[in-house]
Amino acid sequence: MATTTYSTESAAGNLTARALREGFYAGLVAFGLFFLFVGLETTQNIRNELVLNQRWGLLAIFVAVAAVGRFLGVLYLQPWIASRKAAKAAEVEKAAPESFIARNFSKIAIAALVLMPPVAVLLFGVQGSLKWVDNFGIQILIYVMLAWGLNIVVGLAGLLDLGYVAFYAVGAYSYALLSQHFGFSFWILLPLAGILAAFWGMILGFPVLRLKGDYLAIVTLAFGEIIRLVLINWTEVTKGTFGISGIPKASVFGIWSFDVSAPNNFAKAFDLPMSSAYYKIFLFYVILALALLTAYVTIRLRRMPIGRAWEALREDEIACRSLGINTVTTKLTAFATGAMFGGFAGSFFAVRQGFVSPESFVFLESAIILAIVVLGGMGSLVGIAVAATVMVGGTELLREMTFLKTVFGPDFTPELYRMLIFGLAMVVVMVWKPRGFVGSREPTAFLHERKSVSGSFTKEGHG
Amino acid sequence: MSALETNAMNNDPILKVEHLSMRFGGLMAINDLSFEARRGDITALIGPNGAGKTTVFNCVTGFYKPTMGMISMTQQSGKKFLLERMPDFEITRDAKVARTFQNIRMFSGLTVLENLLVAQHNMLMRASGYTILGLLGFSGYRRAQAESIELAKHWLEKANLIDRADDPAGDLPYGAQRRLEIARAMCTGPEFLCLDEPAAGLNPRESLALNDLLRSIRKDTGTSILLIEHDMSVVMEISDHVIVLEYGQKISDGTPDAVKNDPRVIAAYLGVEDEEVEEVIEQIEEIQETDGEQGGKH
Repeated sequence: MATTTYSTESAAGNLTARALREGFYAGLVAFGLFFLFVGLETTQNIRNELVLNQRWGLLAIFVAVAAVGRFLGVLYLQPWIASRKAAKAAEVEKAAPESFIARNFSKIAIAALVLMPPVAVLLFGVQGSLKWVDNFGIQILIYVMLAWGLNIVVGLAGLLDLGYVAFYAVGAYSYALLSQHFGFSFWILLPLAGILAAFWGMILGFPVLRLKGDYLAIVTLAFGEIIRLVLINWTEVTKGTFGISGIPKASVFGIWSFDVSAPNNFAKAFDLPMSSAYYKIFLFYVILALALLTAYVTIRLRRMPIGRAWEALREDEIACRSLGINTVTTKLTAFATGAMFGGFAGSFFAVRQGFVSPESFVFLESAIILAIVVLGGMGSLVGIAVAATVMVGGTELLREMTFLKTVFGPDFTPELYRMLIFGLAMVVVMVWKPRGFVGSREPTAFLHERKSVSGSFTKEGHG
Repeated sequence: MSALETNAMNNDPILKVEHLSMRFGGLMAINDLSFEARRGDITALIGPNGAGKTTVFNCVTGFYKPTMGMISMTQQSGKKFLLERMPDFEITRDAKVARTFQNIRMFSGLTVLENLLVAQHNMLMRASGYTILGLLGFSGYRRAQAESIELAKHWLEKANLIDRADDPAGDLPYGAQRRLEIARAMCTGPEFLCLDEPAAGLNPRESLALNDLLRSIRKDTGTSILLIEHDMSVVMEISDHVIVLEYGQKISDGTPDAVKNDPRVIAAYLGVEDEEVEEVIEQIEEIQETDGEQGGKH
């Protein structure tokens, strides 16, 4: 009895000593790291001379945060994590019945999205709802749709595509150009943009079918850049970097228009005060419907032979060929289907902005869409939707955090840090869940019971 | 006995390999190889490591394009295919030749049942109107899907995997994966089944189960089988006809018993002691002379 108390006491003493020691080292490392980064600052004075500012106070804060953080981490956080792990291991694993929310997550989410605009209008007024419907709702849903489209290529077929934004651009410019030159309406051009993008997907698909893995990724990346450069340089058609503006708005199937001068204006028809919010709410429902169409088609396709062939292709291409599957057409259909949804999203993007320019279709967009797919868990629709909400909604939220200005001074613009936070979040999620938010896959057919397949068995694909 | 029966039933060659050669740079992996596999037979291809057995397989199933030679496959209906001219997936789809791999190639992230459904891809594609009719919800696809699940169930029962149907294929033990790979190949509805070392890594009990599975495949479906195998208990037990390769050339061809006692085969497999070398060479020369005489008479 006496010995045990003694040993715990000494262990506690050891721990404190270790925490102190490690805290000190962390402070030392932080000092070495930040001395030049933070401690010294070079600026130009009014006579254009280089001045060296010394910021010892700020440096002290950095070092103190590192040292105290490490100290507390070693002393409290690590034992707590260890004890929690032990408790978890000791707990008898029992299959708890899934909660109501977990079981009906997608239904609840869809219902919430359908109800969101009216609720926003009720809470914030017609004009105040704009922010929630447009900045958050539409923005997130565009990325959800794009990521679901890319999911077919990357998540199901396992073909790493770094140039997905090219199809987005094809869709956007098809709508912009065809509506300006031929005056077609949105509802005619939406499917047309999808078909054109799918066609470009095939054109990309043909030459790169022989490539695998890294090589495929580089060629798709190049394809994305080629499309962008063509848009910049083919000035007679695309007006180059100026972009195409004045793209006509969509109408409610031609019945009500959102043009202010039109006799069948939506607000006039219902005796509502003039506001751009109605158009945004309408667009919100359009993109919601498009995103749900993408999800529905993906779910249906997964249960079709072609969907299974895509997933089999991701698992093992040679085995696919030995089973009589034509891998060339299978890959092409994956490219074309993914591109088609990219094209739908692109034409929606054009109609929402009323303006397209090559600047909207840079590589960073492809990278963000791919990051959402990987973060969400390749192949999982729910995971990807959650990842898109976190990523895109998170960056939008940064704009809202004006209170940070009082902390860091009036020059602080939180949205400039979005890439930093984006990267950090990716690292954290990949360490915590290497297979993304939802790593398991749902089987498409079953004999006795539907068991989800753990992510450790599925492969990422190699081509 | 069974060999005699099947031979009496049907004696025409299903696969005919003539003057097959395959060169990789300076290496002649197969050198002027000719053999036949008869319909309804289990033909075994054996030989020491590096003899070119898997290369023969890859040529037959279209994964390699042979440098020279002709590989013809005759279906039950009499339709003839020249396999060396066809891409690999068409050989399975049209010529009805299925294969398995030496290192198992499962779709490990798909369930066992899904693995067998992928194997019925071409049939299901046609039934779903190349996806379009299926997507629109036509009933033809649903019926075809139910049929394909029935077929999968049939082969799962045969391979003794029915209890694991909903588990990921990567979760199965090694022996079960081997059986699943054979069941998957059978789901493509082949007339000719090529098995690359199906008994590799199996314990004796699993080996016996494999023998039973292969026999029942032949008996129930009439599928002819070509197999590469190192496990002599499997080869001698089930095959009707054995072909022995060494350094890309055929050194013996005949019934298991005849091959077992062929001195060239024994020399190739066991090597010979120094003092017996001359004796064996004499024997081999004698055999070659008699072979030559027979060849001359023809």
